[in-house]
Amino acid sequence: MDWWKDIYAAIKEAGVKQVVYVPDAGHAALIDACITDNDITAVPLTTEEEGVAMLAGAWLGGQRGVLLMQSSGVGNCINMIGLMRTCRFPLAAFVTMRGQWHEFNPWQMPMGQGTEPALKAMDVLVESVEDPEDVANQSAAILHRAFVGQQSTALLLHQRLMPVKTFGK
Amino acid sequence: MSTLTRAEDFPLHRRDVAKRIAAVGGDDLLMVTGLGSTNWDFTAAGDRDLIFPLWGAMGGAVPLALGLALAQPERRVLVATGDAEMLMGLGSLATVGIQAPANLGIAVFDNERYGETGMQTTATAHKADIASIASGCGIAVTGTVRTEDELEAAIPRLLEQPGPAVFVIKVRAESLPFVLPAKDGAHLKDRFRLALLGNTSII
Repeated sequence: MDWWKDIYAAIKEAGVKQVVYVPDAGHAALIDACITDNDITAVPLTTEEEGVAMLAGAWLGGQRGVLLMQSSGVGNCINMIGLMRTCRFPLAAFVTMRGQWHEFNPWQMPMGQGTEPALKAMDVLVESVEDPEDVANQSAAILHRAFVGQQSTALLLHQRLMPVKTFGK
Repeated sequence: MSTLTRAEDFPLHRRDVAKRIAAVGGDDLLMVTGLGSTNWDFTAAGDRDLIFPLWGAMGGAVPLALGLALAQPERRVLVATGDAEMLMGLGSLATVGIQAPANLGIAVFDNERYGETGMQTTATAHKADIASIASGCGIAVTGTVRTEDELEAAIPRLLEQPGPAVFVIKVRAESLPFVLPAKDGAHLKDRFRLALLGNTSII
């Protein structure tokens, strides 16, 4: 369960200064690392679309940022992604998936299944990773695609990478 | 229903308010203007490369300006947006409250209307008080402006003194001629970055 360290290493290597997030258990260790990093401003959001807009502002000001969220948050971002596409702002999102694999909570299923098509409907370039060995390369690749290629892009972290949540059952 | 018509009698005119803020803010002020009338107000007051007008992204003006303010802590950043645009992103005031950037001012031009769609009333025409909401989010400098004197007192708090500051400026509900900025988003982004960061910023 140390794949999060590969994301952290990749965002450090890319010079990311703002990490904006709505927490997810799958991102918890990465969020903690960002909070304690003096070179990163870690920003908890009230909704994920705020984070999309924040990253546009960060780029206007000359800083790189990334958005961390779970798959349900993708649904909250859709209209704001139009800002990134219209203005060609870079967007790098790391999405921990729900509703895919040993999902206990049926309420997570619709948006979990809808995450990839919704992102693609907004012309976000989507990559998925299931093998922890691939997280480092995929993370570096989407950061390069966002900040150098100037695209909107997301890396979907498959639920098989996550601890299984059973609500005590 | 006097509650719903009072905004037609508010003394402050939004174009005058924008002109006054722009005059004090000067050419170095970094600005984000929100979807709708505040874009036209600040274009009328004088378009500049360091104004980023939003033609969409409703609810995004404040968080966008927050990202900018965190990236440019030595520069003053001002958001000017409308009450409806602010209402769609109220949660962002809580986010600003946590980060508390001293260089961020937020001016909400509140005509209590959806100005672009037929002047339908917003929640501020009824019960909602955005300055109280901002205060409740832990933003220390907040207020509601209704007169010229109150505007003159608020401007230095928006533009110069330590923030974050949120001022709701009650402006008359009036339909005015469009004064449009450029609308191509990539152009608006690049002109801003060129002016702020220089030529290497677009390579």
